[in-house]
Amino acid sequence: MITIAGAGLAGLACAYALLRRGASVTVFERAEVLGAESVARFAGGMLAPWCERESAQEEVVSLGGRAFDWWARITPVHRRGTLVVALRRDQSEIARFGRRTSAYRTVNGAEIAALEPALSGRFQQGLFFEQEAHLDPRRALRDLAAEVQRLGGEIRLGSPAPQQVDLDCRGIHAALPGLRAVRGEMALLRCPEVKIRRTLRLLHPRTPIYLVPRGDGHYMLGATMVESDHVGPPTLRALMELMGAAYALNPAFAEAEVVETGAGLRPAYPNNLPRLERRDGTLHLNGLYRHGFLLVPALAEAAADQLMERRDENPREFRTA
Amino acid sequence: MKVYGETMPSRLFLGTAQYPSPAILQAAIKASGTGLVTVSLRREAAHGSGAGFWDLLRETGVRILPNTAGCHSAREAVTTAQMAREVFGTDWIKLEVIGHADTLQPDVFGLVEAARILSAQGFKVFPYTTEDLVVGERLLDAGCEVLMPWGAPIGSGRGLVNPDGLRAMRAHFPDVPLVVDAGIGRPSDAAAAMELGMDAVLLNTAVAKAGAPVLMARAMAEAIAAGRAGYDADPMERRDMAVPSTPVLGLAEFI
Repeated sequence: MITIAGAGLAGLACAYALLRRGASVTVFERAEVLGAESVARFAGGMLAPWCERESAQEEVVSLGGRAFDWWARITPVHRRGTLVVALRRDQSEIARFGRRTSAYRTVNGAEIAALEPALSGRFQQGLFFEQEAHLDPRRALRDLAAEVQRLGGEIRLGSPAPQQVDLDCRGIHAALPGLRAVRGEMALLRCPEVKIRRTLRLLHPRTPIYLVPRGDGHYMLGATMVESDHVGPPTLRALMELMGAAYALNPAFAEAEVVETGAGLRPAYPNNLPRLERRDGTLHLNGLYRHGFLLVPALAEAAADQLMERRDENPREFRTA
Repeated sequence: MKVYGETMPSRLFLGTAQYPSPAILQAAIKASGTGLVTVSLRREAAHGSGAGFWDLLRETGVRILPNTAGCHSAREAVTTAQMAREVFGTDWIKLEVIGHADTLQPDVFGLVEAARILSAQGFKVFPYTTEDLVVGERLLDAGCEVLMPWGAPIGSGRGLVNPDGLRAMRAHFPDVPLVVDAGIGRPSDAAAAMELGMDAVLLNTAVAKAGAPVLMARAMAEAIAAGRAGYDADPMERRDMAVPSTPVLGLAEFI
């Protein structure tokens, strides 16, 4: 029996990976409702390793590549690519973004309009990352939990973990040395008049934002990055920046209903990459930062390798001594 | 150079925002050899704390200059400075009072007012200002012992928009430490500022947003050292006429 603390994204993904290898698993979760205390609820759900490479290290690409097929077994993955655009006066941001990334093609105004008619006439130049995808994080968490249960795993809601567990996946609540919080603020919009099918990124020198379609006229708008451990609701400034950017994408968003706003704390290590490390007999998976859905498949499999004592097959970066 | 009686180990002051990760920031600080890093308090400290990030900064052992970035009034800046003194245990403050949302141009009226209040409360104020000489005078009257004129708007990377203004500042304030703050994009911009006789350069985005921030940090440090040495070495005057660097006397002549 393998015990896991935390039924957030990391805990459930590890449970799933372990169950598929034949282990029996119990996941302890403090919250009464699944996902209620999980920062993954506020995620964009982008599987966008090439875009993320703009500011992240190569590992997001090398480890993120397996996320597409891994998630497709569990939840719908929308492989429609990411479209990156900027307002005319911020065109230099496109050049900079393009220099830092790969696996895209440049698109002109007509091509942008063909991909997303809602942006027609508004943007003259962009980058299209055709291989990228997105999923719905809340649905993915539910689907993942259902898979865990279908495979015979037990998820104990409203049950704080015992003192000693095999695997600790409690995110920012784990208080590990070197782990810090990076606050993110988001909004959920409902705007059936605007029809956008793929993830959009609006580059801006001050506040780059992304918009991820959730289907049914819903859009997730994110996200700020603040070096803070404050857990309260989003600030007015953060929402102004997010809403302003949505309005710049298409003024019809002015009529959108703001269905929800929220803020979460991303757990991050100093290099903003996740870690799998053993401390006092417990394996810790943490520091998924803003790359939870993208990197958790690789990390969960590596954690399962370690727990099933097949260490030699771990990715080099996450092998323990 | 000396500021507020303290000798600075480097003429490069480095901002700490927008790096790809704190680990890269730490490496850039090390590569730059800087002895002073600025840190923004406002957003992070409004609620909760940025303690995790600040701990990583403190690990570098480099002196911290908190700033009032994002403040739009003297009162807001004063409150932020007081908060910064609590959090970082220093009375050094980089004073920013923003007057224009788009260009982030300083509001020099609010700046002078806040500088006077903070100096009276014992703060050592580093004011982010324009190259205006009269404003500079007022800031010194308010108690500042250093002036930080902009090179170009914050984060624009445009280099020195008004070198003549900076030159005039140097001439007008020969004994006041002058730090070009904001607008530096490339090492050549930093070198140019130092060749004008500026005492130091404060920059952030140029390093943080470079493809290889650590390499750019080193490049900036080298450019600043080169620019300063060039200034100290008293460069030659520019001439309109070519002057052969090899003597022509004694050359064979064919008749």
